[in-house]
Amino acid sequence: MDAFTVHTGRMVPLRRSDVDTDQIFPGRFGRNATSRTGYAKALFGNWRDQEPDFVLNLPVYQGADVLVAGADFATGSSREYAVWALQDYGFKAVLSPRFGDIFRGNAPKRGLIPVVLDQEVIEQLWTMAEEDPSTLVTVDLVERRVTAPGISVPFEIDEDTRYRLLNGLDDIAVTEHHLDAIDAYEARRRPALPQTTRG
Amino acid sequence: MALTLADKIWNDHVVRRAEGEPDLIYIDLHLLHEVNTPPAFEGLRESGRRVRRPDLTLGTEDHATPTSVARVPLNELHLRRQMEVMRANCQEFGIPMYPLGHSRQGIVHVIGPELGLVQPGMTIVCCDSHTTTHGAFGTLAFGIGTSQVEHVLATQTLGMHPMKNMSVTITGELAPGVTPKDVVLALINKIGTGGGVGHVMEFRGQVIEDMSMEGRMTVCNMAVEAGSRAGLVAPDETTFAYLKGRPHAPQGEQWDAELARWRELRSDPDAVFDESVVIDGSALTPFVTWGVNPAQSVPLSERVPSVDDFSDDKSRRAAARALEYMDLTPGTAMRDIPIDAVFIGSCTNGRIEDLRAAAGVLRGRKVADSVNVLLVAGSATVRAQAVDEGLEEVFNEAGVTLQPGTGCSMCCALNEDMLQPGQRSASTNNRNFEGRQGPGARTHVVSPEVAAASAVAGRLASPADLEN
Repeated sequence: MDAFTVHTGRMVPLRRSDVDTDQIFPGRFGRNATSRTGYAKALFGNWRDQEPDFVLNLPVYQGADVLVAGADFATGSSREYAVWALQDYGFKAVLSPRFGDIFRGNAPKRGLIPVVLDQEVIEQLWTMAEEDPSTLVTVDLVERRVTAPGISVPFEIDEDTRYRLLNGLDDIAVTEHHLDAIDAYEARRRPALPQTTRG
Repeated sequence: MALTLADKIWNDHVVRRAEGEPDLIYIDLHLLHEVNTPPAFEGLRESGRRVRRPDLTLGTEDHATPTSVARVPLNELHLRRQMEVMRANCQEFGIPMYPLGHSRQGIVHVIGPELGLVQPGMTIVCCDSHTTTHGAFGTLAFGIGTSQVEHVLATQTLGMHPMKNMSVTITGELAPGVTPKDVVLALINKIGTGGGVGHVMEFRGQVIEDMSMEGRMTVCNMAVEAGSRAGLVAPDETTFAYLKGRPHAPQGEQWDAELARWRELRSDPDAVFDESVVIDGSALTPFVTWGVNPAQSVPLSERVPSVDDFSDDKSRRAAARALEYMDLTPGTAMRDIPIDAVFIGSCTNGRIEDLRAAAGVLRGRKVADSVNVLLVAGSATVRAQAVDEGLEEVFNEAGVTLQPGTGCSMCCALNEDMLQPGQRSASTNNRNFEGRQGPGARTHVVSPEVAAASAVAGRLASPADLEN
């Protein structure tokens, strides 16, 4: 996994709330999918196909790599395709007042950072990105701070997720340091617990 | 210290706890389906890792399977890449797997419970958000992403941040014709799609105590639609009666020992919940969605709302967009909305009790010529039972076919079953998201009873409407 420390980029203002993962990655793009990459075109696929003035279709936002979204971003289905599509498209960070829990867990595992900011800050960033699409925003995970012209706000992220992101650590490798604890737990599990291989 | 049931199950599964790190939690059962798992197996192969506990893992096919056939001929399997890959992955790693055509195949959240693999006090994960379903048995069950699937396959554990507790109490007694689906739709309407974020919901109160296991599964299934990480119900005699005699349920002395343990699984009387919600179940009536998220709903007896019915900006913007997408005019009576299609099935409402409810409404009636009905059992076991009970005949006489295959079907439209752009359905599934049932499709989420009545009436209707 790539490490994330500090990123500065232009913003895509997505003025919509309750953007569920079916919108981020519509199911039809997942037919026959068996890999982790190749989903840039699927990102917001229905909206991009059906709405000529959808924000990702506007030339001024091409190459912008910080998504600024409304509340309850990425609720719904657990499909990690949503994370992969955002990354394949080029996004490095997503800013929203609130995220779906599963996505919030998924995204950092692949190096995409979900940043929770107050609705007011999101509104300010939207206005900025709309009035001047060249406006830059910085997501600083080292300092836990988002800065843009006239804005400098801290954000919260749990220390463990931050540590793994900063160092680009693979979750499984970290857990494998504790195999003895897993062995010990298994040794005290009740034999009556169900097994899929019998019954 | 007084603990909630969720806290107790959590504590019972802590493999490792360290300051500043998420708890490492042991997973008792890992369920897999064909759509979200292939990259996880790819990751295992790339890193040379094995599956630690294939005996605590079960695979099935459901999301991408066809329902028009009972099995896929092997010479056509290569056309269904995800099914082909799933079977190969399970074989390579020694994981038991029920492919389409197997007598135990079905939707992952239907077969786990019906095989008796889901037992009180367990931790259960699956690469699907509706894993919350299994909480109906007093388990801690939640959906995970593909990276986490790989983690569980490799280590049988998951690093998890603590959840907050929310008690959801449904008091009173449901009126006739009011179903578990209406209970959970009313709850989501009350607290919103983000109302449960970060929480595990414990459902309690007279209505939940009186509810069947199928009904509790419907309620827990949709806990995730309020943003919850999990939902659960303390196990009781209804739970134990459901489990007894199932293929994976303990037997003999082991049953007695487990039963004694399960009876202890409840929140302490003085346990403190971070949030509490109370709903008067006696006052509920059938609920239907009008918009594009499961919180955008009203009682069937009401009308399509207007943007002005909402006070905050977020809800107003969302309502405007939803009305446009759903092509609805504010003020229209919900009962006057004509439908093109009805879908009965899914992990929310594809169990035997749901099929019985639909058959109860369709018995002696015909579905409207203008409505296409897609009826899909949640598993091969449910389908066989429906045939045994004579339900298939009832459906046939009403002009409805019980599909030969089983799976998620038109709940997720990741298979052949989908609506055409602009078509409108009354569906027993869980999500009315834009495009969920096909690009441009419009979904009204309803109970099996309302779905069946709507199929007859050709518009949104309750069974009681058909009597008049």
